[in-house]
Amino acid sequence: MTSRPAAPDDQAGPIGNEKDCEVTVPNPANPAQSAQQAPASEQAPASEQATASKQAQATDHAAGQAQGAADTQAAASTQPGKGTGSFGRAWPAASTGPDENAQPVETIQVLTPEGVLRADDGPSADYLPVIESLGDDLLRRFHRDMVVTRRFDMEAANLQKQGQLGLWVPSVGQEGAQVGSAHATRAQDHVFPAYREHAIAMVRGVDLLGVIGLLRGTTHGGWNPAEVDNFHLYTLVIGSHTLHSTGYAMGIALDGNYATGNPDTDEAVIVYFGDGSTSQGDVSEALVFAASYQTPQVFFLQNNHWAISVPVSTQSRVPLVQRPMGFGIPGIQIDGNDVLASYAVTARALDETRAGRGPRFIEALTYRIGAHTSSDDPTKYRTDAELQSWVAKDPIPRYEKFLRSRGAGDDVFAAIAEEADDFAADIRRRTLELESPSTDKIFDHVYSDPHPVIDAQKLWLAEYEDSLEPEAAPGGDA
Amino acid sequence: MTMTDKTMDASAPAPRGDTTPGDATQPGTAHPGPAQPAVAQLPMAKALNAGLQQAMRDDPRVLMMGEDIGPLGGVFRVTEHLQREFGPKRVLDTPLAESGIIGTAIGLAMRGYRPVCEIQFDGFIFPGFDQITTQLAKMTNRHEGQVQMPVVIRVPYGGHIGAVEHHQESPEAYFAHTPGLRLVSPSTPNDAYWMIQEAIQSNDPVMFFEPKSRYWHKGEVDMTASAVPLHSSRVVRTGTEVTLVGHGAMVTVLLQAAELAASEGTSVEVIDLRSLSPIDYEPIVRSVQKTGRLVVASEAPGFVSVSSEIAATVTERAFYSLEAPVLRVTGFDAPFPPAKLETVYLPDADRVLDAVDRAMAY
Repeated sequence: MTSRPAAPDDQAGPIGNEKDCEVTVPNPANPAQSAQQAPASEQAPASEQATASKQAQATDHAAGQAQGAADTQAAASTQPGKGTGSFGRAWPAASTGPDENAQPVETIQVLTPEGVLRADDGPSADYLPVIESLGDDLLRRFHRDMVVTRRFDMEAANLQKQGQLGLWVPSVGQEGAQVGSAHATRAQDHVFPAYREHAIAMVRGVDLLGVIGLLRGTTHGGWNPAEVDNFHLYTLVIGSHTLHSTGYAMGIALDGNYATGNPDTDEAVIVYFGDGSTSQGDVSEALVFAASYQTPQVFFLQNNHWAISVPVSTQSRVPLVQRPMGFGIPGIQIDGNDVLASYAVTARALDETRAGRGPRFIEALTYRIGAHTSSDDPTKYRTDAELQSWVAKDPIPRYEKFLRSRGAGDDVFAAIAEEADDFAADIRRRTLELESPSTDKIFDHVYSDPHPVIDAQKLWLAEYEDSLEPEAAPGGDA
Repeated sequence: MTMTDKTMDASAPAPRGDTTPGDATQPGTAHPGPAQPAVAQLPMAKALNAGLQQAMRDDPRVLMMGEDIGPLGGVFRVTEHLQREFGPKRVLDTPLAESGIIGTAIGLAMRGYRPVCEIQFDGFIFPGFDQITTQLAKMTNRHEGQVQMPVVIRVPYGGHIGAVEHHQESPEAYFAHTPGLRLVSPSTPNDAYWMIQEAIQSNDPVMFFEPKSRYWHKGEVDMTASAVPLHSSRVVRTGTEVTLVGHGAMVTVLLQAAELAASEGTSVEVIDLRSLSPIDYEPIVRSVQKTGRLVVASEAPGFVSVSSEIAATVTERAFYSLEAPVLRVTGFDAPFPPAKLETVYLPDADRVLDAVDRAMAY
């Protein structure tokens, strides 16, 4: 596709409708159950089932409307260069359309979409020895982590549809980039996520119920970074955390806890961010500071090609991997749906930066197969053809082929599928048990030191609630 | 030498020494540095410099960050010679990016450091506004207390220096409205010396508003006296008929007004707020219970201001003591004007006295 998507169809329903955005992607844990078959939980109360039913009707309605939008897009895509009056045509056309976002710049790929290790002599060959040194346990662990995260993701999406979460942020499609790079970190490293890094959270030891809590509205945090291998909190203001990660890496440098020559103790930072965030000033400032102070830090860009509805070609007219070079930071582009490339390239970049060779930048080409969030409707801005081209590059099936070629049998995959189902069931059970926090949570930890206004308001609320009839008291589970 | 000349290599000694990150109760007010006399006449800029020097000597986790704060010593020379004593790893000349300064200070605080950021001028804080309000202020809350944010942001603010646009503003209210921040503003060199050290010892982010028109005015700094609490207001002149409240450079104006009022036979009490968030209301309410009249003054525009907040709260707490409505004397609700008009825009003693007269006429 070489033209911009058509303008959104005004008839296609309100923003934030409950359109079912997921496409049918293989669920390796249970091929019989697609994302669209969201069973109403037996545990969900009747009122929630009613909500789910209402949403299902809305879904059907929106699906019909969305089909119209998709048809319009299809028509537009057959007329390259002929705009349909969309906003984008008011500006000089970008040299690349959405499909060209992925233009390769020596993309490092170890495992082909067919699941075969590349045998050519290109730059990717450098990384093969890293992969060949890995044992079967770790190689299978990669698969397990991708499958369990996807199963978790689908369960959370279902919980959202059933009214148990206010919102869901799917990571489907990005598991390869995440699991590979996460396993490349060392225990002493610090990881700064954006908010779609569920697989990385799991690899670093976060109880994913913490992520659920964020979206169920029971917490703004969800875990203590110091207790989960330095996996820091999700940050929702796009790109803000890149500066925090750079500041943290400056602290490592000030402490001298890097470049001692011992990779088992030298620390490094890795920060995850997306293609949309590269337009934020904070990301550029983080690159400036990182270059100025030569921080031990890897910038890991997951280019999933869409910043909600805006394609990466609107964020940048050059491949994003070329951005860091202007800041004096080496960049490398990888096939982000190749978990092995993600592992090998990230491991090397982290060890280079922890050795004192300065910051590194990795652009992982991947794709957000699902919606931006459960409130999004990607059928309004991207084509099914584009989506299907990426589904064909799904990181999980290709990796399964690779493992089978190395001798893993049905029993291995059945066991992982069962583990994934158990994981999802456990998340569902504990989600339904998550209770509203105490009203103290409004006031506790606004400040570290005592604060008279907070103390007075906390006391006032307690006395006010005591003064009310019990059944009318706000907060809690009433 | 700047940080960009010499990157932070691992061969240099780590600055933290044996200090454990997270141990935040270092006493910093016990003794003066060896180079400082115990009691000295210092302008506020020098008093701040001495306070920063003392804080850096007391705690190796204290860092300075900002634009031009190294060899130049800052555009107001508040950090003069600090890089010479503490080196470029503790006094960081940063790239010219306010969001970058605050955002990296947050990361350093996560690491256990206690960064002190200098914003060059009041009107240049806004590129850092997002990091201050959405990240710095909320970080401890988001972490449910697992992370502390002992970050100080020094902001030279206010008018009376005849400068160009963006160099004479009073943006306190934007930050006073943000939960999670603390705001203070000294009016004297002695307070500046002590309050900057107390701010650095705070485990919460502190916005430290420095009245730049007072930078060059001398006052006695007693480096032996123990500090009064950071968030306390203080009666600086006693009187019986009208209470005047203000902070920073406005305190000098209020004292002038009080002197003039006394010459006209009106007894005025003056209170230096010192802390803008939280506000220490006890001395104010006690004073109003005595005088029955309150005038609140500031250089900032009055709409949705710290002055408005004080007026509302004192009305709630001392309603039956009031003989007149609480009056505000503030900058106008217009952009800070070109410098030739600043004396018209900024409240002076005459405008304060006009309000005193109106309060007395009720």
